[in-house]
Amino acid sequence: MFYREAGDFSTTYAEDQQTFPIKFDRYRYYVVLFIAIVVVPFFINDYWANSLLLPFLIYAIAALGLNILVGYCGQVSLGTGGFMAVGAYSCYKFMTGVDIWWGGELLFRLPEFNIFFSVIMGGLMTALVGVLFGLPSLRIKGFYLAVATLAAQFFLVWLFNRVSWFYNYSASGQINAPERDLFGVLITGPSTEPWATYLFCLFFTIVCAVIARNMTRGSAGRKWMAIRDMDIAAEIIGVNPLRAKLTAFMVSSFFVGISGALFFAVYLGAVEVGEAFGIQKSFLVLFMIIIGGLGSIFGSFAGAAFLVLLPVALKVVGVDWFGWPTDIVAHLNLVIVGGLIIVFLIAEPHGIAQLWRVAKEKLRLWPFPH
Amino acid sequence: MRRCRRLRRGWLRNERATRGCADAPPALPQLCQLADGRARCEVADELYWKDEGRGGVKDTVDSYVTADGRTIGPVVMEMKNITLRFGGVEAIKDISFDIREGEIRAIIGPNGAGKSSMLNVISGFYVPQEGEVWYKGSRRPAMKPFQVAQQGIARTFQNIALFEGMSVLDNVMTGRLTHMKTGLFAQSLWKGKAEAEEVENREVAEKIIDFLEIQAIRKTPVARLPYGLKKRVELARALAAEPSILLLDEPMAGMNVEEKEDMSRFILDVNDEFGTTIALIEHDMGVVMDLSDRVVVMDYGKKIGDGTPEEVRNNQDVIDAYLGVAHD
Amino acid sequence: MNEQLAFTIEVFANGLMAGVLYALVALGFVLIYKASGIFNYAQGVMALFAAMTLVGIQNGQVPFAHLINAIFGTDVHKFGWSVHSFAAILLTVIVMIALAWAVQRFVFRHLVGQEPIILFMATIGLAYFLEGVADLMWGSELKALNVCASEGNCLPQGMNVWLEGTTYEALGYGFFIDNLDIVASIVAAILVIGLVMFAQYTKQGRAMRAVADDHQAALSVGVSLNFIWVLVWSLAGFVALVAGIMWGAKSGVQFSLSLIALKALPVLMLGGFTSIPGAIVGGLIIGVGEKLFEFLIGAPYLGGATENWFAYMLALLFLVFRPQGLFGEKIIERV
Repeated sequence: MFYREAGDFSTTYAEDQQTFPIKFDRYRYYVVLFIAIVVVPFFINDYWANSLLLPFLIYAIAALGLNILVGYCGQVSLGTGGFMAVGAYSCYKFMTGVDIWWGGELLFRLPEFNIFFSVIMGGLMTALVGVLFGLPSLRIKGFYLAVATLAAQFFLVWLFNRVSWFYNYSASGQINAPERDLFGVLITGPSTEPWATYLFCLFFTIVCAVIARNMTRGSAGRKWMAIRDMDIAAEIIGVNPLRAKLTAFMVSSFFVGISGALFFAVYLGAVEVGEAFGIQKSFLVLFMIIIGGLGSIFGSFAGAAFLVLLPVALKVVGVDWFGWPTDIVAHLNLVIVGGLIIVFLIAEPHGIAQLWRVAKEKLRLWPFPH
Repeated sequence: MRRCRRLRRGWLRNERATRGCADAPPALPQLCQLADGRARCEVADELYWKDEGRGGVKDTVDSYVTADGRTIGPVVMEMKNITLRFGGVEAIKDISFDIREGEIRAIIGPNGAGKSSMLNVISGFYVPQEGEVWYKGSRRPAMKPFQVAQQGIARTFQNIALFEGMSVLDNVMTGRLTHMKTGLFAQSLWKGKAEAEEVENREVAEKIIDFLEIQAIRKTPVARLPYGLKKRVELARALAAEPSILLLDEPMAGMNVEEKEDMSRFILDVNDEFGTTIALIEHDMGVVMDLSDRVVVMDYGKKIGDGTPEEVRNNQDVIDAYLGVAHD
Repeated sequence: MNEQLAFTIEVFANGLMAGVLYALVALGFVLIYKASGIFNYAQGVMALFAAMTLVGIQNGQVPFAHLINAIFGTDVHKFGWSVHSFAAILLTVIVMIALAWAVQRFVFRHLVGQEPIILFMATIGLAYFLEGVADLMWGSELKALNVCASEGNCLPQGMNVWLEGTTYEALGYGFFIDNLDIVASIVAAILVIGLVMFAQYTKQGRAMRAVADDHQAALSVGVSLNFIWVLVWSLAGFVALVAGIMWGAKSGVQFSLSLIALKALPVLMLGGFTSIPGAIVGGLIIGVGEKLFEFLIGAPYLGGATENWFAYMLALLFLVFRPQGLFGEKIIERV
């Protein structure tokens, strides 16, 4: 009733394979885009940007990336935090001008990149590192691989902690995003406007989502899914497994790197690697895609929204309404997240995305039972 | 005394009720079961299977026309002295045979004879310790399975190996992957090259879907399909690759009579319409004898017979392998 | 005797001791994996949970005191008694058995037949859940764990002194190994032998191995899957308790305790998920390897703290060349 597809006919294969084959979906998508791009920037304030919208957009990118690797290609990775760190530190280096040393002397220094390209470079460098750590995936499978990616997590965090070149030899060992602008509008630094940072992140989120969708509906996505569902059969029907896995690692790490760069440069502004990109971050993003839905673009968004909202909501209810101490609320948060993961895996292994699909089915028939 | 069963129905084009099977010679009972009817069982001696459909082959012949009007071409694939070992176990012992263009070649043998291993050697999944595979006139170098697939060899699996998380259409489209070449970047843009290629390949896939009569389940997730349909989807996926050799590993295992008939019809139609060369493993002798042009018989990793169905049927080694002989 | 060499040997010995503890945690993993195919990420948190429960019971803390206080505005913290260590350990074992039952009943019974990777993720969820519960129950501050009622009456204190003295006399260099490490390795060794005996020679052990081999077949000969799984989780809980006591006594009971579980992962990758001797040998290799690497290469050349990642890198490289692990058989893939 509210949701109908009758009368929607695809007359070409191209139409049949578009992202939203159903008109209703398509219009709703346009409305959401319109609100996000045109309406929200006028109403946004610091609180909304910093505690909800920015983290949501940035985690959504990371979740998209991880979902490509785990949900579509079936290669479980626990290294997301480490890869986000690569994105953040590369972005920082390119923002401040990469200095190349040889034998104790400064060989040359790249010019400082614009923030936009710094973020892109963050993604590209992470893609490179991701491919490197993806190489063992040809030989190592299942949770052996999951554990192997922990090597990336711990090694990368250690690297950014110990090698002072990465944080430009600052005494604190932190990296701080200097003030940078795009078309004269400040994007990073302490005195940014919420609408500017919001739009900047929104742009990357939309582009990443579109790319992810395009890749997963075409031959690349089918290769990944074939590897996920049955790797041996996939190889025998002509999928080069190493290549498929490496492209998945590459695209996934690219997204994760971009999200790491944004997380550092736009959202936090200053970062200490162990704190911001530790193993907990890896799990957080993994939980997002489990709760949201493995192998679903929409699920990545849903999961990110859910896990960004949950602590905020708990804090509002627990601390602000009931006046509980914050540490108890934090512990409750752990219990709830852990419990939810289990509940979702038991009741709905396909996550919120599947709930949404079922709801659509129901809506389509409503108010009639059949 | 062993009894020979009546054939339930003919497999292929015409009904062939078997008569007189009960009187069949006790020495060759299973042959009776295999008999494709008429009054053959009445003849008690050997060689009562006059070849009806498919002519006998001489190795020297370059190409020939079968009785039912199909042209069988020259040798397209040749296995030369293949030996495959797993640790100390010899799964295949020094086997040679060839596959001709356009023919239906069957590999039969008791369980554990090494048939599936043979198919795996052809599709590059196992690398034999000794022997050579010749394909289209040249020796095939050591290859990964996906490279073999890219050379135009597609296969189905004994235990269905479909991609359960994808729809039927997507599964069939995976068969087209060897034909799709757009790079990642073009795909991320979608509009233009990637979309055009997608549509083009979709058309081929749809043709196969039509051919195998699975239009109605096009968008159903594969995991929801019953066994028989899954087998058909798997065939569709293999066909979508437009292979020059199609390998079928027990295409009719676990099927009921009607499904078997359907599958047999599809196999023959594929061979007729696309001229695809088919190598198949099957346990149902009726099917094998009816479908295939030539048969290789394996037992304990060795080749014990090779030739037209009726040659094989009368081969003493084959008979021994299937019925067992007294070892003293 | 060469000073550097002596140091190296000492580091080696300390690595062995650390390795024993890794092996102990790894053993918990192997037990559960063998019997149910579940890769239990929560093993480390179980150790934390066990250690915290033990401390809480010993000190007579009121469970969920903070939460109760927050909700009802009360001010309860302690019952005002303290429990003898032995009784506390017994009580903790009971709690761990109850936990095992609850985990089996409420989580994994509903996940039978799921893919291993789903089960693995469920255990990550379980880890979060348990960690939250443990914090809520006992508070998240660092606690000292003291198994002995009064200092020094149950750990044989003279051992390290004796060792140092003897080696000094014999070799001209006194090796120092912590008392606790010595006790830990002895306990771990006893535990390992006990578990192997249990698995090999008792009826339940045989049933456990049967379940590990084939669920269906085990069911069909009348083994109760539920019982075996609860048993296995209880055993794993017990192993976790022992590991928690050892580790907690060494460095206090706090969140980082659960991270030792992460260290056990590369141990498992080296040794293979199903092999008890593999877990032990893998644990020793990792323990010794990371201490030696840190001592010889990490600290002097790489800026230290290489222990954070060395084990994973070692396991990663090792697996690339031998995907089946140390003791695994060569994998023949089939279609």
